[in-house]
Amino acid sequence: MTDRALEPGENGAITWHQVEEEHHDHGGGATILGFWIYLMSDALIFTSLFAMFGVVSGNYAGGPTSREVFELPLVALNTGFLLASSITFGQAIPHIEAGRVGPTRFWLAVTGLLGAAFIAVELSEFAGLVAEGAGPQRSAFLSAFFTLVGTHGAHVTCGLIWLVTMLVQIGQRGLTTDTKRRLMCLSMFWHFLDIIWIGVFTFVYLYGVIR
Amino acid sequence: MSTSPTETHHAHGDTHGHGSPRGYRIGAGLAILLTILPFWLVMARPLSSPGLTAALIFALALLQIVVHVTCFLHLDTRSEGGWTLLSFLFTTVIVVLTIGGSVWVMFHLNANMMPMPNGPMH
Amino acid sequence: MTDTLTKTIFGRLTWDSLPIHEPILVGTFIVVALGGLAVLAAITRYRLWGYLWKEWFTSVDHKRIGIMYLVLGIIMLLRGFSDALMMRGQQAVAFGSDQGFLPSHHYDQIFTAHGTIMIFFVAIPLVVGIVNFVMPLQIGARDVAFPFLNNLSFWLTVAGAVLVMLSLFVGEFARTGWLGYAPLSELAYSPDTGVDYYLWSLQIAGVGTTLSAINMVATIIKMRAPGMTMMKMPVFCWTALCSNALAVAIFPALTAAFFLLILDRYAGTHFFTNQLGGAPMMYWNMVWIWGHPEVYVLVLPAFGIFSEITSTFTGKRLFGYSSMVYATVVITILSYLVWLHHFFTMGAGPSVNSFFGIATMVISIPTGAKIFNWLFTMYRGDIRFELPMMWVVAFMLTFVIGGMTGVLLAIPPADFVLHNSLFLVAHFHNVIIGGVVFGLFAGMVYWFPKAFGFKLDPFWGHVAFWGWTVGFWIAWAPIYIVGLMGTTRRVHHFDDLSLQPYFIVAAIGAVVILIGILGFVMSIIMGFVKRDQLRDTTGDPWEGRTLEWSTTSPPPAYNFALTPVIHNLDAWYDMKTHGYQRPAEGFRPIHMPRNTGAGVILSGLAFTLGFGMIWYMWWLAALSFVGLFVVAIGHTFNFNRDYFIPADEVTRTESQRPQPLEARA
Repeated sequence: MTDRALEPGENGAITWHQVEEEHHDHGGGATILGFWIYLMSDALIFTSLFAMFGVVSGNYAGGPTSREVFELPLVALNTGFLLASSITFGQAIPHIEAGRVGPTRFWLAVTGLLGAAFIAVELSEFAGLVAEGAGPQRSAFLSAFFTLVGTHGAHVTCGLIWLVTMLVQIGQRGLTTDTKRRLMCLSMFWHFLDIIWIGVFTFVYLYGVIR
Repeated sequence: MSTSPTETHHAHGDTHGHGSPRGYRIGAGLAILLTILPFWLVMARPLSSPGLTAALIFALALLQIVVHVTCFLHLDTRSEGGWTLLSFLFTTVIVVLTIGGSVWVMFHLNANMMPMPNGPMH
Repeated sequence: MTDTLTKTIFGRLTWDSLPIHEPILVGTFIVVALGGLAVLAAITRYRLWGYLWKEWFTSVDHKRIGIMYLVLGIIMLLRGFSDALMMRGQQAVAFGSDQGFLPSHHYDQIFTAHGTIMIFFVAIPLVVGIVNFVMPLQIGARDVAFPFLNNLSFWLTVAGAVLVMLSLFVGEFARTGWLGYAPLSELAYSPDTGVDYYLWSLQIAGVGTTLSAINMVATIIKMRAPGMTMMKMPVFCWTALCSNALAVAIFPALTAAFFLLILDRYAGTHFFTNQLGGAPMMYWNMVWIWGHPEVYVLVLPAFGIFSEITSTFTGKRLFGYSSMVYATVVITILSYLVWLHHFFTMGAGPSVNSFFGIATMVISIPTGAKIFNWLFTMYRGDIRFELPMMWVVAFMLTFVIGGMTGVLLAIPPADFVLHNSLFLVAHFHNVIIGGVVFGLFAGMVYWFPKAFGFKLDPFWGHVAFWGWTVGFWIAWAPIYIVGLMGTTRRVHHFDDLSLQPYFIVAAIGAVVILIGILGFVMSIIMGFVKRDQLRDTTGDPWEGRTLEWSTTSPPPAYNFALTPVIHNLDAWYDMKTHGYQRPAEGFRPIHMPRNTGAGVILSGLAFTLGFGMIWYMWWLAALSFVGLFVVAIGHTFNFNRDYFIPADEVTRTESQRPQPLEARA
């Protein structure tokens, strides 16, 4: 009686069970989707910060205005670094899929260096502003600016830590199913941060200069 | 929406489409172009009207976001059975509501307030 | 020299931070300390530490995590309710020359803690717990999509709860009301640790809730049993999906608002201050972008519970399944369009206020549709009025009235009169107790036999039911009345003696609810005592219709020995009518996730991070922050995360489980 249910379709009986080998994918199949949903929720944190910036972006409180504090050449340089790092990560993807460790590590290292350059430029921009007396405590506008851009920078820093961790793990274990899946998530994370940066350079910097 | 039995269980980590190298190259080219254009519009100021410039750079930003999402994140109707696209659209709605709603609400803040000598707060 | 050293080590924590001058708190502390010591001693005496650690604390089994969530929620319910009793007691006596027994400083902390605890540490854990336990069983999955993340989410919630509890005895809690409105919650007006306790505990617990919501959404989308299309999914899973998708969408707004307020308090920024261009109302805006949908995050799963129970206890397929699904989806979207009705009075113009007023009224339409669906399911059904069904009926009678006062409040001119009145307080207690709490009790009574293998004691279950339903109306009808007369909320002392009788009646109502709460605790205790009489040997004690009843009670660790194939919305009913027999052989090895202690360790570090930040012990905060990164990264180097249960062990386990249909035949 029990076997009947196990054999699909015999004598028109209804199949009640799936009899298949278990895969090693416990939840693994959901990782990409789950990580995507996480990215969506992270995008909504940035959304709130953008909304905050939008509401107080004109509240200079007698302090420096956006036109006075933003240096577009520096921002253009930084945007270039981040966009380039997104493209170099893209170069690593075919190598990751093919399981070629050497080129993967090379392109990841280039991506990491570009990301580090981005962070360095951003930090020097922040240091310059603080030195001029245009720190986050000066006005609501500057609070919102430092927080929005700084939160993005903190995300890039986390991405860098993740990237270094992955370089170590690829070194130890090579490109296994696990490390490949993690690299795919990191790639999504990195491209996601570039998308947030599009909003930042347009909405904060460029619009701040022409408003 | 429906998932066939076999589909669910063969779902390894790779159902996420990775796009072709060619799509990636097109995306990179477009991204570079769409980054340079708004910077040029603002730094060189070929248009005298700030309003028009602002509208243009916002349109370019939206376009660039679409390019990045399709070419770099490979979002399409097929990946993950359409769920990534659905969640992306849901998120877009929430983003528009949050930013648009907050700005609308906050700039309406003083409509029912008594007029003050120095104008509204700030 | 020693002074600076003490400051460096202990921050602003001094002996004065301990509330030794408040007799109520000292008494509470003694009781808690003695009770806690007794529990610890008992665990040690019966050598349960190893068992608890190995089988529960580090468990990644969704059923155990769900049960732990429920335990947390019930413990915190006792704390939150004792706050409510103190408030009701204070307001019943503090009239005229009598100042009551609570100093205003303490009273303000109590109403803040009550609201914070009831929403964040009672309602959320109970809802998450039931979803955690039931949903994977209903969709025929072995576990959730990310079992370790599930464990971590739970322990982060615990870390937040422990911080709130700690504020009772070390320092103090916020005096700002449960949402910590700026600018009152800014450093300038709330310089002590209260708001910091509030912010850090909710921030840590909020991360846990967000991660858990992501996990549940991914589980429902990716791990449904073969054949279970979206429109063959039980309504409870639909509501769980919408509720968790909504949670993923809204918790970021709360996290961001708290983050900005933390920056204001710690880094001197000006987001919500009154100086240098800060916008305090933006804080209200952001917390209500979270806050209103949050009501639906809580109530949607309750609606799902009511749907399952109504269908089971009327012996009928749910009336209007697809309209129920669409109503749920519509509520999910609409709930995001109404947040401003919480601050109609802030000064916005008629266009803003009427938009949000109308949106608020519109949302009652899909909710009303659901009520009719349940009524039509019951119509001509073979209704069995067992306890879960009684809770459903009580919900419908209570919740509809709460919904109607809500529509009343949605009219902006009416809200100008009733804003921040006790009428409002009565309204939201009416929908949250009548909707969410009754739903949670219905769900706990309904699924308890599935979780533990025996039913709750029915006598004490009835005591709980009547205590809650009768007590609710005695407690809240007078509050509606005084609220309509214009009494405002959060008042510590009244001058108008004519109001006192209402508050005395309300206090009596609170005591009747206390009987309900104790009745529920007793129904668990007596259920355990009489477990042999109340045993569920069939796995299907209520003649259920959905998949969770097809396995035994309690289910084995792997839930289903063979993954079920679904042909019908009421999957288990379908299997029963077609004479399904559970297989006894032909099993394959089952792939399972391995337990891990990383969740407990990470949450412990999150707790010390929060504690260090609250007390300005920067070294502790920095150390914990670095520790979080190190442990999290270290955990990613652990690749040994799963194992297989061999086929013969599955066969052995299955043969020891009672056969559902044979036992009945």
